[in-house]
Amino acid sequence: MTIHLEDMQVIYQHPESLLNVNTHYCPGCTHGVAHRLVAEVIDEMNLRNDCIGVASVGCSVFAYNYFDFDFIQSPHGRAPAMATGVKRVHPDKVVLTYQGDGDMISIGTAEITHAAARGENITVIFINNANYGMTGGQMAPTTLPGQKTTSSPKGRDVEQAGYPIRASEMLATLDGAGYIARRSLHDPKNIRLAKKAIRTAFETQVRGLGFSMVELLSICPTNWHLNPAASTRWLEENMLPYYPLGDYKVHPALKDLKF
Amino acid sequence: MTRELWKGNEAIAEAAVRAGLQAYFGYPITPQTEALEYLSWRLPELGRAFLQAESELGAINMVYGAACAGARTMTTTSSPGTSLMMEGLSYIAGTEVPMVLVDVVRGGPGLGNIAPAQGDYNQIVHGGGHGDYHPIVLAPASIQETIDTIYGVFDIADKYRTIGIIMVDGSIGQMMEPVTLPPMKEVRKNWPAWAASATEGKRERNVLTSIYLDPKQEEITNLRLMKTWQQIEKNEVRYKEYFMDDAKFAVVGFGSAGRVALSAVRAARAEGIPVGLFRPISLSPFPKEQIFELSQKLQGLFVVEMNSGMMLDDVMLASQGRIPVEFYGRMGGVMPFPDEILREIRLLHANGWKSEGHPRERWLAKLETIIKEEQ
Repeated sequence: MTIHLEDMQVIYQHPESLLNVNTHYCPGCTHGVAHRLVAEVIDEMNLRNDCIGVASVGCSVFAYNYFDFDFIQSPHGRAPAMATGVKRVHPDKVVLTYQGDGDMISIGTAEITHAAARGENITVIFINNANYGMTGGQMAPTTLPGQKTTSSPKGRDVEQAGYPIRASEMLATLDGAGYIARRSLHDPKNIRLAKKAIRTAFETQVRGLGFSMVELLSICPTNWHLNPAASTRWLEENMLPYYPLGDYKVHPALKDLKF
Repeated sequence: MTRELWKGNEAIAEAAVRAGLQAYFGYPITPQTEALEYLSWRLPELGRAFLQAESELGAINMVYGAACAGARTMTTTSSPGTSLMMEGLSYIAGTEVPMVLVDVVRGGPGLGNIAPAQGDYNQIVHGGGHGDYHPIVLAPASIQETIDTIYGVFDIADKYRTIGIIMVDGSIGQMMEPVTLPPMKEVRKNWPAWAASATEGKRERNVLTSIYLDPKQEEITNLRLMKTWQQIEKNEVRYKEYFMDDAKFAVVGFGSAGRVALSAVRAARAEGIPVGLFRPISLSPFPKEQIFELSQKLQGLFVVEMNSGMMLDDVMLASQGRIPVEFYGRMGGVMPFPDEILREIRLLHANGWKSEGHPRERWLAKLETIIKEEQ
């Protein structure tokens, strides 16, 4: 059988918004998946030339080395404030932050909360992997009760260290939030659902419907001391019950959106 | 050119507007709040960005974002707020983006009070934020001078891609004086080539960051910052001299302390005392060469400040021990009266200069008695 090139259709290729380079992320880490999903959505919506990204402090500090559009890099936790500054100067541009759990919901709690409360027209990609990855696996505000980390060696003791924060639920209480959803990157089906949520988040921004955030439950094989397959099972068994997936806030204007 | 009566903080705000301020982010704190209040209606009226942040941390990082995005941007605050902004200032310096900060200094440390003081000298002139960097710090002494300084500082910050800080004290923020406002400049229409303003498909992407994991790259960045600083030291020194032509000794004071000292120097001149006033306007870069020159021709330098002698250290360094230095200061929000400074000038004129010991020690011994007597 002869295959005619003109009959072939490209169904999968490297996104334009993602530079074709090696990343510094650990093997098995889902940052790569999250990056790709964001880049695919930006490509599909044709936003690359209008995008300004804000990297945070943590594993994704070098996100600007991978996304192929204008990027700035913020102090720890302050990305939503910097994004606010950018968006107020360029209201017609698309502004996103990419933040981890330590960055966003520990040191940056005030900045994210007020950005959401103001209905700041930015999109936040929030990576929740239940620990501080960059500094070597310490307890984060998202670390589960009983979860062992390098700074909770006997497991997170809620009597002493308190309870994890469910950021999506918390931010969804704010009137300024247009779209808040939690998805997971532990299997192909959920990855597809995550992409849809990311698309909805950017649609929220483009339509001027307020603050949008997608929380992505992610794995950290290196610091969890599990291989990638075991990490996805750990996420499924331990994180999903504590961090239920779902839409926590959907602006009425988004409800009939089809893409 | 009409003369109008303006309150300091509002004049600061309007001067920035006329200098082409595009985006302001701030947080209420006495004694600077009127600047925030004024801009909350003034900037939207002109279609420019105003936002009251959730904190000074939020404000400085919004400014950081706006600066990276290419806007002419500013925040105003007072001492405890400046402390909070130090993190952002270090990042802004490391990223080499221009911005303007107005610090209307109040009494400290801690929550202190809302009275005029100069206790932020060390934290803004000698750093505060981490790492090697130098902001430009200008200390005007009247509302008119503050207006003129702010009007020009945006261009200087842009020229060197650096931080421009206006350091005034609560009295300048709160009092009213007749002033002439400068004409309205046009707002920037094109974003700087380096700004993260989105490529629009017209150029290569811009990335702005302050992280250089490789120490050698970070050292190169530090070297670039220091080279820029050398240029600033060469070009941006500002000061004003009064009665210096035939002066045998000089008072050195900046901002309001310099202004109060001028009244004392005028009174001393009326008594025939050959004293002048050297008033540094640029605290950073510090007019060290000018002070060194003074140390070659004068009998002594008498430093007056509204702190415990923070600039005194710089004056002593600049004069290199060649002539005696004396100090008088009030702290914690107390402003010296011209009479207090005149009394010290008379003593120096009558009794001559001491060179043993440290001027701060002599002042402290004296101050305890003065405070007791005033109570």
